[in-house]
Amino acid sequence: MTHAATHRAIEAVWRIESAKVIAHVARLVRDVGVAEELAQDALVSALEHWPEAGLPDNPGAWLMATAKNRALDRLRADALHARKRDELGADADALQAHVVPDFVDALDAARQDDIGDDLLRLVFTACHPVLSTDARVALTLRLLGGLTTDEIARAFLVPEPTIAQRIVRAKRTLAEAQVPFEVPRADALAPRLASVLEVIYLIFNEGYSATAGDDWMRPALCAEALRLGRIVAGLVPDEPEAHGLVALMEIQASRTHARTDAQGRPVLLMEQDRSRWDPLLIRRGLAALARCEALGGARGPYALQAALAACHARARSADATDWARIVALYEVLAQVAPSPVVELNRAVAVGMAFGPAAALTIVDTLHAEPRLASYHWLPSVRGDLLAKLGRGDEARTEFERAAAMTRNVRERELLLERARTVGDPALLRPPGR
Amino acid sequence: MRFMIIVRATPDTEAGIFPADDTLMAAMASYHEALAQAGVLLDAAGLQPSAKGWQIHHGRDGSRRVVDGPFAEAKELIAGYTLIQVRSRDEAMEWARRFPAPMGAGVEAVVEVRQLYELDDLPPTESLERMRQVEAARP
Repeated sequence: MTHAATHRAIEAVWRIESAKVIAHVARLVRDVGVAEELAQDALVSALEHWPEAGLPDNPGAWLMATAKNRALDRLRADALHARKRDELGADADALQAHVVPDFVDALDAARQDDIGDDLLRLVFTACHPVLSTDARVALTLRLLGGLTTDEIARAFLVPEPTIAQRIVRAKRTLAEAQVPFEVPRADALAPRLASVLEVIYLIFNEGYSATAGDDWMRPALCAEALRLGRIVAGLVPDEPEAHGLVALMEIQASRTHARTDAQGRPVLLMEQDRSRWDPLLIRRGLAALARCEALGGARGPYALQAALAACHARARSADATDWARIVALYEVLAQVAPSPVVELNRAVAVGMAFGPAAALTIVDTLHAEPRLASYHWLPSVRGDLLAKLGRGDEARTEFERAAAMTRNVRERELLLERARTVGDPALLRPPGR
Repeated sequence: MRFMIIVRATPDTEAGIFPADDTLMAAMASYHEALAQAGVLLDAAGLQPSAKGWQIHHGRDGSRRVVDGPFAEAKELIAGYTLIQVRSRDEAMEWARRFPAPMGAGVEAVVEVRQLYELDDLPPTESLERMRQVEAARP
């Protein structure tokens, strides 16, 4: 192997192993910041040794053992030792780690399965509510995704020092708040899992909203979120919403190639070329949704959104969409997770299923909703319904209002075009992607 | 990016013979668990012996002829595949390197890795669009 090839191979190994190494070491040192440093030290060691000695047969185990030895050295030598010993009382083998390293090795052989448990602790710690949402996102990508600060910065279109600082502060916050490295139990689990899933979906949406000119790291966030979602669903296989989120992301990701035209302009869902949807991802999404529903999770917010996405995925053409089912799903979603945006989407579905008059009644209840005050889809949808009802002058006013509200040039053009041509039979443009 | 890890057939796979002990299946299970745990596993399957399959030979004169299996040259055939989605070619390389010896330790075998075309890798033509229409109608 050439020097460069070895370095690329080490990088790949690191991508695959880093989260596991950090997670395992964090269980010993009870501090994800310190754990990451120790794991990085192991990587530096690998970069020193492997180009000479060649890649070991099991590079993951090598990194793990090296990082763990550093952790044990540190625990022994540090002042940390005395302070942590009390905290560690509950975890017998972590305590043993201070004293009898061989015992830990023996234990480890017997508890390979616990790697999953360590990873899960790392997930919950990186998404801990003591951190701001931005910090959770950055830390999750860093510790679980193995992304560099530079990659995270490029993906989020911010300067690298901003991300570096965000991560440093996040680690400090976790240490200062003495956040335990553990999987939350009982009542605490549901809200904490919700936070994890929210972070993953935020990462996904950040990638999903990338446009043609963006650095490739932005769309890569979708794949990364999908990967994280699959990992978490595998770690908590009995949690329906984890599968619901995976289902939602798989189905949304299946549309990636249809969401923009050859010029990179956005194409709305009902106008997408469905032949460009990825059937493998749709199949995986539907399977994840079935799993979620089999676990009794059909009424979870992610499950419902996935079920909505599945309605579109199952329709061979836009005309074949089961709008009555979509209306029914939005009605449940409006109960489970009420929001004016859900209500507006429900109105669009009602319009498609039962006609524009019924939909307009719903839309008009949203008129005074402050959260929609600058949401251009509200006048856009209203204009569309009015146009269908033959109320052309009112429709024109709404389209013009919507055009003035959107910041997207292409959308503005489309809305102004509709304002000019209102009265012609035109397709409904529902909100959403 | 997606890669297919392909296990080439051997006389044993072609004969439908499974290893006597469970070691190999255990190694395969652990490997695929690791893929799933890393969130990179998309699909995996084993293929039945070519004796149960057939080929259709197209001739220069436009003729076609059905040839029933089994086919000679086992190593030209496929015994199974694992489809993964990873971030780089090097990651695919690393995962492929970890693939268990597919016929058991110390038994000659070949594992081949191929990258899948993504939709936008192919030049757009009308026929390709029609191909996609068919694909899209599958689920």
